[in-house]
Amino acid sequence: MCKDCGCSAGPGKVEVHDATGVISRKSSGEISVDVLQNILHQNDHAAAHNRHHFDSQGVLAVNLMSSPGSGKTRLLEETIEAIGDRYRIAVIEGDLETENDALRIRAKGVPAIQITTGQTCHLDAHMVHDALHALDLATLDIVFIENVGNLVCPASFDLGQHANVTLLSVAEGDDKPAKYPVMFRASDLVLFSKSDLLPVFDDFSPVRAEGFVRALANDADVFAVSARQPDLLAPWLDWLDARILSLRAGTVMRPRMARPDAAVAS
Amino acid sequence: MHEMAICQSLLSEVGRVAVAHPATVVTRVVIAVGPLSGVETAQLERAFDLARQGTVAECAILEIEQTPVVIWCDPCGIESPVAANKLVCGRCGSWRVTVKSGDDLLLKRLSLVDAPQQQSASG
Repeated sequence: MCKDCGCSAGPGKVEVHDATGVISRKSSGEISVDVLQNILHQNDHAAAHNRHHFDSQGVLAVNLMSSPGSGKTRLLEETIEAIGDRYRIAVIEGDLETENDALRIRAKGVPAIQITTGQTCHLDAHMVHDALHALDLATLDIVFIENVGNLVCPASFDLGQHANVTLLSVAEGDDKPAKYPVMFRASDLVLFSKSDLLPVFDDFSPVRAEGFVRALANDADVFAVSARQPDLLAPWLDWLDARILSLRAGTVMRPRMARPDAAVAS
Repeated sequence: MHEMAICQSLLSEVGRVAVAHPATVVTRVVIAVGPLSGVETAQLERAFDLARQGTVAECAILEIEQTPVVIWCDPCGIESPVAANKLVCGRCGSWRVTVKSGDDLLLKRLSLVDAPQQQSASG
């Protein structure tokens, strides 16, 4: 007996199977129902909806994740400098507070929608959906979603992106992928950012860091990049070029950890 | 602490199933959570205690089945139970493996008291 409301939850089940999924019924009228539904079903459904928008307009959607301060906004600023004349770019910014990052992006002549999440430590598909209403996807080639700086929570929420890109700055430990396996397992590309500082932070081993990514059964590309040195941005820009070409060729692109859209859209 | 958001999604699904049946009270919520889902079960239990207030699952028991991380190595033809940050074959050491379980975040089963029977019991 539940002490709060008096409903019965005691022993004495009789197992009965029927077509409605009811697997047992007690004399009290309590029934047990198999559900087998992903808990994030509604988020996944909204993510599939967002992805359908991106797909139908041929817009590449990239979700950038990292711990705070690893250089996501700076990477975007330099990316816009490098390819902003070739691709029409927009940015969705996620932060707990302030519009600072969106202001930095807009200063580069690119539309930026700021989502301030308050106490919420991640973006979800519904927030991104609301932000998409402020953008005309028909006029865009790439939407970057800069997630809240956090190596834990954003990894659990599909936003409708085509790929997850995780930054790991060389000023952080090279064992971060082992400490935050969910995030790095979900990464379709890992960027070792601020790699111009490797001579200073010589205890960061890119080889060791890549080994920790591989130990998550992840074959994602891993590049050492620096927003301060254009030649060190080349692998990242080439990766973007390849994905845009692939998307325009009709390739169905999904993040490696996304549950199938067909299933969630049903 | 995204477990509160997860909990709200869980309770939304629970509410949807309860309405569909229809049921007025949910007495038990059984979920499966694996380490690779990114959800901390202790945090989830605390969040559930707060989030269930005022919902159909207000007095429900939350049962969490923790699923182990198990990988499959195709060349070796074996499964290995592994740590969440070491998804490599127990025999050959290869990381080119498939995760068989451990990333679950699943609402498995509910116990419900359905509306008509409760009315007849009280009437």
